Amino acid sequence: MRIYALSVYLFLYLPIGIIALFSFSAGRSASQMQGFSLQWYGKALSNPFVIDALKTSATVAFTSAVLASVFGTMAALALAGMKGRLRALFDAMVYVAIMIPGIVIGIATLIALVTVFDGVNPWLEPLTGYRLSMGFGSLTAAHVLFTMSLVIVIVRARIEALDRTLIEASGDLGAGPVATFWQVTLPLLSPAILAGFLLSFTFSFDDFIIAFFVAGSETTLPIYIFSSIRRGVTPEINAIGTMVMGASLLLLVVAQVMLRRAGGNNRT
Amino acid sequence: MTVPEEGQQSDGRPVIAEFVGTTKRFGEVLAADRLDLRIRRGEFLSFLGPSGCGKTTALRMLAGLEAPSEGRILIDGQDMGGAPAHARPVNMVFQQYALFPHMTVAENVGYGLRQRRPRMERAEIARRVERALETVRLSGFGPRRIWQMSGGQQQRVALARAIVNEPKMLLLDEPMAALDAKLRGEMQMELLSLQRSLGITFVLVTHDQQEALSMSDRIVIMGQGRIVQTGTPRDLYDRPANRYVAGFVGQANIHEGRVEALAGDGLARVALGGGLSVTVAAPFAVTVGMAVEVAVRPEALRLSSGAADGADAMVAEVLHKTFLGEHIECLLRHEVLGQVQVNVPRQAERSLQGADVGARVHVLWDHGCGLILGRD
Ligand SMILES: Nc1ncnc2c1ncn2[C@@H]1O[C@H](COP(=O)(O)OP(=O)(O)OP(=O)(O)O)[C@@H](O)[C@H]1O
Ligand SMILES: [Mg+2]
Repeated sequence: MRIYALSVYLFLYLPIGIIALFSFSAGRSASQMQGFSLQWYGKALSNPFVIDALKTSATVAFTSAVLASVFGTMAALALAGMKGRLRALFDAMVYVAIMIPGIVIGIATLIALVTVFDGVNPWLEPLTGYRLSMGFGSLTAAHVLFTMSLVIVIVRARIEALDRTLIEASGDLGAGPVATFWQVTLPLLSPAILAGFLLSFTFSFDDFIIAFFVAGSETTLPIYIFSSIRRGVTPEINAIGTMVMGASLLLLVVAQVMLRRAGGNNRT
Repeated sequence: MTVPEEGQQSDGRPVIAEFVGTTKRFGEVLAADRLDLRIRRGEFLSFLGPSGCGKTTALRMLAGLEAPSEGRILIDGQDMGGAPAHARPVNMVFQQYALFPHMTVAENVGYGLRQRRPRMERAEIARRVERALETVRLSGFGPRRIWQMSGGQQQRVALARAIVNEPKMLLLDEPMAALDAKLRGEMQMELLSLQRSLGITFVLVTHDQQEALSMSDRIVIMGQGRIVQTGTPRDLYDRPANRYVAGFVGQANIHEGRVEALAGDGLARVALGGGLSVTVAAPFAVTVGMAVEVAVRPEALRLSSGAADGADAMVAEVLHKTFLGEHIECLLRHEVLGQVQVNVPRQAERSLQGADVGARVHVLWDHGCGLILGRD
């Protein structure tokens, strides 16, 4: 049993560990450890293409995570107020959205947007001199589409666990529905919303498949890595990969801690 | 059967809230069935009844957390109609306290004051919060988090959070249910003195008859969504309207019989069968030959080795004796009446001489003890 488990973990994490290890190599080969240095980190962080891609990724991730958190929370609240069949239907659709493979979302979004753009642009361009195209907007929208479902699921779970009498107590003490929302409901949901935000950010930041289809001329960090691999792998790629992984892991841990705290609040 | 409220005329205190034919349905379930009740300003009123009889529903309708299906609720003469909870001049102490976990004790207590429009000054809020905490003997606990407070302390915080708003009525839904027996006793005393000093009307929901009897000015007995009887603790104990109340408030021996003669002074002679007749109070007009139920408290009966003047005697076999401290509970069997319970106080313990299990003794039923119950 132990041996099997160990092999599975080795199989999963050894390649990742090797990438991290090789990123500290002093040599030029990406698949050989030759001495120790931080030079590839220095190279990566002084490469203007990397910095640009990093900025794009961070902007898209932040924007889509904010939008997903806001709309996802609103949707979760609306769902909690719904009853019966309609609610079951929407619930199911949320889960389906999570389960659809990224490549399908990518292609579907691409086709849908291209169709819309082709229909709108002949009217829009003569009028405003501006044409819609793939880019920051389409990428952000596609990411929101997916990550919003994550937020809905997380916030929904928190709403279900919420003590209804707290809402009633707030009303009894003279707070109207809006005041109750800001002073009681939202603060109690905030750990879950924050966790949803962090997960959304991580997902968007790491995503390659959806971005590959709908990013247009934008280059996100995963897209940059992919294209530079075709030009040959250097330890610089390893260094970038290790940094991205480190940041993502950190965010995931924070999200987990937030969720744990959200659960803990329930006990009183 | 619904018995009119006793002493309504003699007590001139103004009415603060009123149920008028108030009914609440949850689908098939009739949780409150045509409630009619007047709550008087400054009184301590309890709703008493078994689990699921609709006590909480009645309270929640007062608070505005539940809308009546039919009928009305008046507070201070105003029809509450669909007025939501936040627009009503009442506050509630919830069974599980419902304290806000993301706020400190002081923030919890000040919550109601912070909702006031126009806004109340911060310093004023802080002052009132501190005074409320003092009232519930929690001064200095303001900065604590809720989860740092014990169950009894949380209960006080909940109380402070309600009274700080100076509501016209304080509604309490089994506030002591989660406390251990000793703490519960202490809190009952505190609650009572708090009510006397604040002069606020308290409406308490409980299924603990001891709690209701010891604290209330008046008790409303509920059963299956209806008000069965309303009265002072003494009224309910001495003059239960029917079998349900007699059995729920205190203990009672209840026997079937037939009215044999009217004895004047509101008394009647009732034949219980087997040649045994007793003289009991008749709270309402009865006629000779009427089939009735009579109830008598176990502590009103006496044990003796022989008959006595002014009492009817029956011979019964001792089945069981239980020592309960201040009294001894004796279970006996009578050929016709079946089981009879007699509680013998400690100072009358001598009457138990020779009353060992299996022995046959005289049970004395003094004239005028017990009463005829109404049919429910
Ligand atoms: N929200 C609700 N939906 C459906 N049925 C309800 C609801 N609230 C109460 N009931 C039903 O109404 C009846 C009265 O309930 P209520 O809570 O008033 O009883 P209670 O006297 O307070 O009981 P307990 O002593 O157990 O608290 C019960 O049969 C209960 O199942
Ligand atoms: Mg209840």
